[in-house]
Amino acid sequence: MCLAVPMKIESIDGKRGVASFSGGEYDIRLDLIEAPKVDEFVMVHAGIALDRLDAAEAEETLKLLREIDELSGRVSQ
Amino acid sequence: MEQQISLAHGSGGQLTRELVEHVFVPKLKNDILSRLTDAAELAVPGSRLMFTTDSFVIKPLEFPGGDIGKLSVCGTINDLAVSGARPMWISCGLIIEEGFSFERLERIVDSIARTTADAGVAVVCGDTKVVEHGSADGLFINTAGIGVPIRDYRSAPIQPGDKILVSGTIGDHEAAIFRVRENLGRRMELASDCAALHGLVETMLAAAPNIRVMRDPTRGGIGAVLNELATGTACSFTIEDDLIPMCDEVRGICELVGFDPMYLANEGKLVCFVPAKQAESLLQAMRSHPLGANAAIIGEAVADSRERVYLQSRFGGSRIVIMPTGVQLPRIC
Amino acid sequence: MNFQEEFRNKDVARGLVAGIRNAIQSIPPVVLPVRLMEVCGSHTMAICRYGIRQLLPKPLRLLSGPGCPVCVTTGDYIDKAVALARIPGVVVTSFGDLFKVPGSTSSLEKERAGGAAVEVMFSPIEAVRIARDNPAKKVVFLGIGFETTIPAVAIAIKEAAGQGVENFSVLSGHKLMPPALRALAEGGTRVNGFICPGHVSTIIGMHPYEFIARDYRIGCVIAGFEPLDILQSIHMLLRQIKDGEPAVENQYTRLVRPEGNRAGQAMINEVFEPVDVAWRGLGVIPGSGLRIREQFAAHDTERTIEFAPEPTVEKPGCICGEILQGIKTPYDCPLFGKYCTPAGPVGPCMVSTEGCCAASYKYLEPMKR
Repeated sequence: MCLAVPMKIESIDGKRGVASFSGGEYDIRLDLIEAPKVDEFVMVHAGIALDRLDAAEAEETLKLLREIDELSGRVSQ
Repeated sequence: MEQQISLAHGSGGQLTRELVEHVFVPKLKNDILSRLTDAAELAVPGSRLMFTTDSFVIKPLEFPGGDIGKLSVCGTINDLAVSGARPMWISCGLIIEEGFSFERLERIVDSIARTTADAGVAVVCGDTKVVEHGSADGLFINTAGIGVPIRDYRSAPIQPGDKILVSGTIGDHEAAIFRVRENLGRRMELASDCAALHGLVETMLAAAPNIRVMRDPTRGGIGAVLNELATGTACSFTIEDDLIPMCDEVRGICELVGFDPMYLANEGKLVCFVPAKQAESLLQAMRSHPLGANAAIIGEAVADSRERVYLQSRFGGSRIVIMPTGVQLPRIC
Repeated sequence: MNFQEEFRNKDVARGLVAGIRNAIQSIPPVVLPVRLMEVCGSHTMAICRYGIRQLLPKPLRLLSGPGCPVCVTTGDYIDKAVALARIPGVVVTSFGDLFKVPGSTSSLEKERAGGAAVEVMFSPIEAVRIARDNPAKKVVFLGIGFETTIPAVAIAIKEAAGQGVENFSVLSGHKLMPPALRALAEGGTRVNGFICPGHVSTIIGMHPYEFIARDYRIGCVIAGFEPLDILQSIHMLLRQIKDGEPAVENQYTRLVRPEGNRAGQAMINEVFEPVDVAWRGLGVIPGSGLRIREQFAAHDTERTIEFAPEPTVEKPGCICGEILQGIKTPYDCPLFGKYCTPAGPVGPCMVSTEGCCAASYKYLEPMKR
C-alpha cells in the first residue's frame, strides 16, 4: 500500500517541485515538507513527498546493521 | 494532390493508383514492386523459406526511438531473424483512417523506406484500405515477411545445462511508450529499442551454430517468452535478477509505478538458449555487435519436470515467474 | 547515499539472517513457532520479490494481514464505482490497483471495454487537472488507501476547492490502520509481533501503535521496505520476544519520526472525519473509515452525484476474510490456484496486485499448494 521511492529535489516552486530518481526527473508536490531545500531527499508516493529522508540516520542504521553482521559472524564461528 | 487521405484512396480506383505510384513506388524503390502485379514473383534460392506476419496498432504512432512504420518492419524482420532466417521480402498492408494527414503518412512511409533500406530488405507487395473516421486508430499496419535460413539453421530442443542469454537491456520499449502516453516525468533519455536484429543473429550463428532457440520478447516481455519456451522441455529455468541488464530510467519507472520488468515489451532484443560450452564465445560475439553491446548470460536450464521459471535474488531467495495475465497498470500499493 | 542500494546489500543481509537464526535459538521452544504479521501490501510484495521467507529459519512464520487497501475494500465500493462509470458525462478516475477488481457483476475494466470513461491515474492531482480541463464532465476520483495515500487525496480536494473546480469529487473508501490493528488484536489473532507499515507510520508516527504493546503485549516494529529493513525489523521483534518486553520500536529512523508528519495529519483532519466502516473479513470497525467533511461536501461524490449501485453479491467459497486476518493462508482456500487465479480472480486477495493470494500465486513455489 506504500509504493514510494526516494527522490532528490532539483528545484522548488512554491508547493511544487521537480525531483530526480534513477535517471528521470518528475514533478512532485511538497505540501507535506516544511521548508524543503534543493538537494534534499524525500520519499515520494502517488506524486507527493511524504517526508524528508535523513542521511545521518540512514548511516546510523547501516552502522548498526554492519554490527549485527559482524556479531553474527563471530557467534557462528 | 490532396493533403488528406480520403476513402477514395482505398477504393482501388484512380486515387489508389496515384497513391501507390506517387508515394509507395518511388520511396520503396525496387524492380519487383515497380511491376505492380497482383502478386510478387520471387526467385527461390533454396528449398526452405521462413514466412511470418504481424500487425501493428501502436499508439502513439510516433514515439522516441521510432514509429509504427519502423516498428512494423523490425517486428517482422525480428520474427524471421530469431527463426534463424535472413529476411528478404516484406509485404506491407495499411489500414488508414479517413482524415489522416498526408504529410504524416509520407513521414511514416519514409520511415519504412529507411528501415528496409538499412536492413537490406524490400517491400515487394502491399495493400491499402481507408476506413471511415473512427473505425481505426489513425493507422494500422500489417507486414508479412519471407526469409531464407542462415547456414541452414534449425532450432533444437533445450537441454539441462544450456545457458540463457539476453541481447541487452530489457523493458526499454514499453517503458518509453508508457512514459510518453502518460506524460510521466520530464527530460528523460528513454527511447524505444526498436531495431532489426538479423545482423546480430548472423553474428551469433557464426560464433555459435548450435544455438538451440531464439525468441524476441515483445508483448509479455522475457517473462512470457521464458514460460512459453519451458513448456515441453522437462527443464526449469533459473535466472539471476542482478544479471539482467536494465537501464536506470526503466528501473526507475518500474519502481515508481510498480511495473515488473520481466513483463515489459521489447522491440529490439532477443533471448536465446545455447549449450554451456558455447556461451562465453557467443556472449563475446554478441557484445562485439552494436545491438548486443549489453548482452549478458542471465541464467541456465536445469532438469526439472515442473518446467518453471525462477528468478533468484541476490540474497539467495527466489520467486517464480508466471505467464503475464494482462497489461500492467500503474499502482500505488 | 541514494537510500536504496545501501539497504539492498547482500553481505549485510547474510549477516542479518545469521543474526536472526541466532536470535531464534535463544527463544524458549514453548513460544515457537514465532508468528510475525506484516500489515502492508508493499511488505507482502517485498518479502515475495526478494524471496525473504526462504532465508528465514523454519520456526519463524511471516503472515500477511489486512494491509492491502484493495483487498479490504468491500464489494459495494466497486459496485458504486461501476454504477458511476455507467452514468453518461461521468469520468471515473482511479489508481490502477482498482481497475480489474471484480464487483458483483462487473469491473472498471469491463465498463471501459464497454465504452465507459474510466482513466487510470498515477496521482489524484492529475484527476483535478482533468476536471479543470473538462468542465462539462463530472470527474470522480476513487479514493482508496491508508494514511500514506490520504494526504494526496486531501491535497487534491483542497486544490479543487481552492480553484473552484466544481466538477471534481472523491468517492471516499479510505481506511485507517490503527483501528484495524486493534480489531486484529481483540479478535485474538495469534501473532507474536507486528511488522508495522513504514509509510503509513511516516504520516501517523509511533504513538498510535502504543496500545498494542501496552494492552495486548504484542510487539511492534515500524519497518522500511528494503530487504535490510525487513530483516532488521524481524531481528528487532525477535529480541523483544526473547526479552519478553513488547514495545513499539522504529526501525525506519531515516524517514519515520516519533510524532509523524504533522502537516500530513493536519491535512487529513482538515478534509476528512472518522466514520465506522466495514472491512472485508473484519466486519465493521468503529472509526476506521473516513468521510469527507461537510466543509468540502461539494467535492464528495456521495453527496453530489445521484447514483444507484446494484445490490452487492458475495462470492461463495471465497475465504479472503480469514486470509486477511492471518487465520488461514491462500493454500487453505479451496478456490486458490484452481478457480481463483490472477487471470480469473474470485476475491480481492487475488485481484489486487499485492494481495496475499496474488503474491503467493505469482511469486511462490506452487508445490506448496
